[in-house]
Amino acid sequence: MSITKNLLLEAKGVTKYFGTITALENVNLKIHGGECLGVVGDNGAGKTTLMKVLSGLYKPSAGSLFFEGNEKVLESPRDSQNLGLEMVYQDLALAGNLPIGENIFLGREPTKNLGLIKFLDFKKIKELTDAHLEKLKINVKSADQKVEELSGGQRQAVAIARSTAFNAKVVIMDEPTAALAIKEVGKVLDLINSLKKTGVGVIVISHRMDDIFAVCDRVMALFQGTNFAESELSSTSRDEVIGWIMGKK
Amino acid sequence: MEDKDKKKESLHLKLIPYFDKYGILILLLLMIVVMQILQPDVFLSWRNVTNVFKQISWQSMLALGVFMVIVTAGIDLSVGSIMMLSLMVLAIVSKAGAPWFIVVLTPLIVGFLCGLINGLGITLLRMPHPFIMTLGTLYIFRGTGNLVSGGTPISGFTDEVRYLGHGRIDLTWLGLEKSQYLPVSLVLIAIVYFIFWAFMNHTRTGKWIYAIGGNPNAARASGINVNKILVIVYSLCGFLSGIGALILAGRTDSGYPNAGLQSELDAIAACIIGGASFFGGRGTVLGVFAGVMIMGILRNGLNLMDVSSFWQQVLIGSIIVLAVYIDVLRRDLGTRK
Repeated sequence: MSITKNLLLEAKGVTKYFGTITALENVNLKIHGGECLGVVGDNGAGKTTLMKVLSGLYKPSAGSLFFEGNEKVLESPRDSQNLGLEMVYQDLALAGNLPIGENIFLGREPTKNLGLIKFLDFKKIKELTDAHLEKLKINVKSADQKVEELSGGQRQAVAIARSTAFNAKVVIMDEPTAALAIKEVGKVLDLINSLKKTGVGVIVISHRMDDIFAVCDRVMALFQGTNFAESELSSTSRDEVIGWIMGKK
Repeated sequence: MEDKDKKKESLHLKLIPYFDKYGILILLLLMIVVMQILQPDVFLSWRNVTNVFKQISWQSMLALGVFMVIVTAGIDLSVGSIMMLSLMVLAIVSKAGAPWFIVVLTPLIVGFLCGLINGLGITLLRMPHPFIMTLGTLYIFRGTGNLVSGGTPISGFTDEVRYLGHGRIDLTWLGLEKSQYLPVSLVLIAIVYFIFWAFMNHTRTGKWIYAIGGNPNAARASGINVNKILVIVYSLCGFLSGIGALILAGRTDSGYPNAGLQSELDAIAACIIGGASFFGGRGTVLGVFAGVMIMGILRNGLNLMDVSSFWQQVLIGSIIVLAVYIDVLRRDLGTRK
């Protein structure tokens, strides 16, 4: 697997107003293939708003998004998905009553035609799921297992698998380890590392310095809706990043 | 991921899916055995078995419709009224002398439109819960049925109109006696249930119905148009109530104002007994069929034994509570929190 260092996504001067409130002002962000960017910031710093702009949920009041060098206007989350930009939500967005495979392909199920009617192709769902879980080294008993029977870490793994099942180029994860038991955090961080190896650009929003320093290559801090600081991970420290979150340089 | 936990859980986790799928059939078989022991001469006779199927024929359509709604974690209280309105319009159209195929299509269209109104009301008017919309239409549709018919029974349909509810498939060519016929309504139940089994389990729309019941936010995040699917589900539920009206028209040869009174509660009961979870996302078409059968056999068996209908009410109520308690226990076992 080749590690590409091509620029996948770039946000230039993104500004977002909600009425008179300025949620984001002139924010820039870059993410390359095979790279993990950590986005940190206090509550209200604009992390979530920035991610919602990137995923097409909000339209920016000013500024522009470039995807692989071309300017794109995102009208809906569907647009960003079509570009290969996927979100992993904090509440996971999985249906517990459905098996792993059907969750991964929910809304985009492979079908086969029988006469005029399209029927679900369960064999293909299972094959694709097994292959995909194998590729990401996700360990579950069977793709037919219901999601509600899984542990928190396994659910997070399924959510990440779901986000990458359709050749995602950039995956944005909102607090991927927040709801996990400590012993499961490592598994999810391993998964992020193996995603990077497949050339995917990963953006991790997290409060946990341990996570940021375990998987990220770069870290950027937002403070009151603006770019506050940014650094290669190798040339900064935990204390410095914690300082950025509190607005101290 | 966790090997130690895996071993501890494996036994009951393996059994739960089978219990989910087939537990209700075991209960059904048990009832049949008990009834046969209590009433050995009558219960499994050709006449009595066909009778049970004729009695459950229209209820089974309502239950199937309500089942799909319950899978989305919704509820439809209006199916009895939809059936009554469809039946009354059918009777009026029939009395007006319309050709039989128009008369037959009438209840299906009326039922579908009533369901469509429910679906649009729930989604467009953003009712806080389907309970409220369908409680409203429970009154609206029955009132409308009485308005258009003047609140009086209208009787007398042609044989073609009555065929689905009253028709008999002769089996003398198999060497059976004239009295050993197959009710057309039984064949209709089999066909309709098979179609909806395939729809719910083998199509995208069916899978999305389960997904909406499991987690509507997940369905939305997956790009599923949840409102559109809900409108489809309520419309199909109305359509099935329309089929119920057509069957009932055949059975009774009459449109009457009390048709389907409280049958929405029977339909809900059959779904719950059959293992559909009120929390949504859980239940099978086969389970609903078993639920309908259990209620039908219970009524039939108690009638054969001359038990008062008051006791029937007590027993059916007890079975509902027991069935839901089993669902609660199942959830405790099967879900990790």
